[in-house]
Amino acid sequence: MTTATVSLGASVSSQSRFMQLALAALLGTFIIGFVGFSHIDAVHNAGHDNRHSMAFPCH
Amino acid sequence: MNLFRNVVFIAAITGLVAGVVLACMQAYATVPLILKAEVYEQAEGGHSHDHAAAPADAAGGNAMSSAAPAASNTMSAATPAPAAAAAPAEDEGWAPADGFERFAFNVVSNVVTGIGFALILVAVSEFAGGIGNWRQGVFWGLAGFAVFTLAPGLGLPPELPAMPAADLTQRQIWWVATVIATAIGLGLIAFRKSLPLAILAVLLIVAPHIVGAPQPDSFETPIPEGLHHQFVVAVTLTNLVFWLVLGAVVGVVRGRFTGTATSLRDSFA
Repeated sequence: MTTATVSLGASVSSQSRFMQLALAALLGTFIIGFVGFSHIDAVHNAGHDNRHSMAFPCH
Repeated sequence: MNLFRNVVFIAAITGLVAGVVLACMQAYATVPLILKAEVYEQAEGGHSHDHAAAPADAAGGNAMSSAAPAASNTMSAATPAPAAAAAPAEDEGWAPADGFERFAFNVVSNVVTGIGFALILVAVSEFAGGIGNWRQGVFWGLAGFAVFTLAPGLGLPPELPAMPAADLTQRQIWWVATVIATAIGLGLIAFRKSLPLAILAVLLIVAPHIVGAPQPDSFETPIPEGLHHQFVVAVTLTNLVFWLVLGAVVGVVRGRFTGTATSLRDSFA
C-alpha cells in the first residue's frame, strides 16, 4: 500500500491510471444498472428474485 | 489498459465467487419468503406482478413453462379459469419458469450483480491504495454493505411481492442518490483528516433520510407483517455476508496479482 510495487499496473501514468479505474467503475455501474434497475420486463423477470433479495427498488 | 484488464479480471473472479455464495444463501433464506409472498399476491388477484407463484394444481405448474410466453394478456378477474390463475403473465412478457430455470436465472443474476459491485469496489479501493489482504477487504466490504444495503434500506426496506410502493422511477432515483451521498460521506470520514469535512460527511449521510424516501399512498398489503420482517432480516444478513465475501476475495485475489503474496498463505496474512 505504501510502495508502487503493491498497486496494480504501477507503471502507468497517474492520468491513465485515473481513466482506467474510472472506466472500470463506470462499467460496474452499467452492469448494476442493467441487472437491478432496467425497466425492460424480460430483464426484470429474469433477475426478479435477485432484485428483491438485493433490496433494489422493484415493480 | 493493463490496469483496467487487471481490475476486470479480479472483479470477474470475485463476482463469480460472491455471486454463487449469495445465490446459495438466497435459495434458503430469501427466495422461500418471496414464494410465500407470491401466494398472498395470487390470492389477491395476481395483479401488478409477473410470476405464477405456487400454482394450486401441479398441472398448471407444468403447463406454465410452455404457456407463459404465449399467454394472452387477459386480466379477466371475472372468470378465474385455472389457466388464467396459473399464468397471470399479463403483458409483462417472458419470465423464467418456476423451479430450476428460475433458480438458474437467479444464480446468473447474482453473479452478474457480484461482478458489477466488485468492479466498483476494486476501482474505488484502488484510488485509496488498493485492498492489500483479506482483512482490509472485510472492512471495505463493511463499507459496501453500509453504502449499498444499509443506507438505502433504511428508507426503502426490502420489499416482498404484493407490497405497496411508490413510483418505481422515483424510488430508484432516491436509492441512487442515497448510495452516492453515503459513499461520499464515508469516504470523507475515512480518508480526510478534517473535522469540518467529517461534519459535512455526517450531513451527507443523514440528508437523504431527512428528505425521505418516496412512500406509497397506502400501506395496505395482504403480506403479514411477520413475513415481511423475516424478509428484511434475511435480506440484510445475506447482503452483509455477500459484501464481506466480496471484499475478502478481492483482497486475496489482488494479493496474488500484485505479487505481494508469493504463496496463497500470504494472501491470508
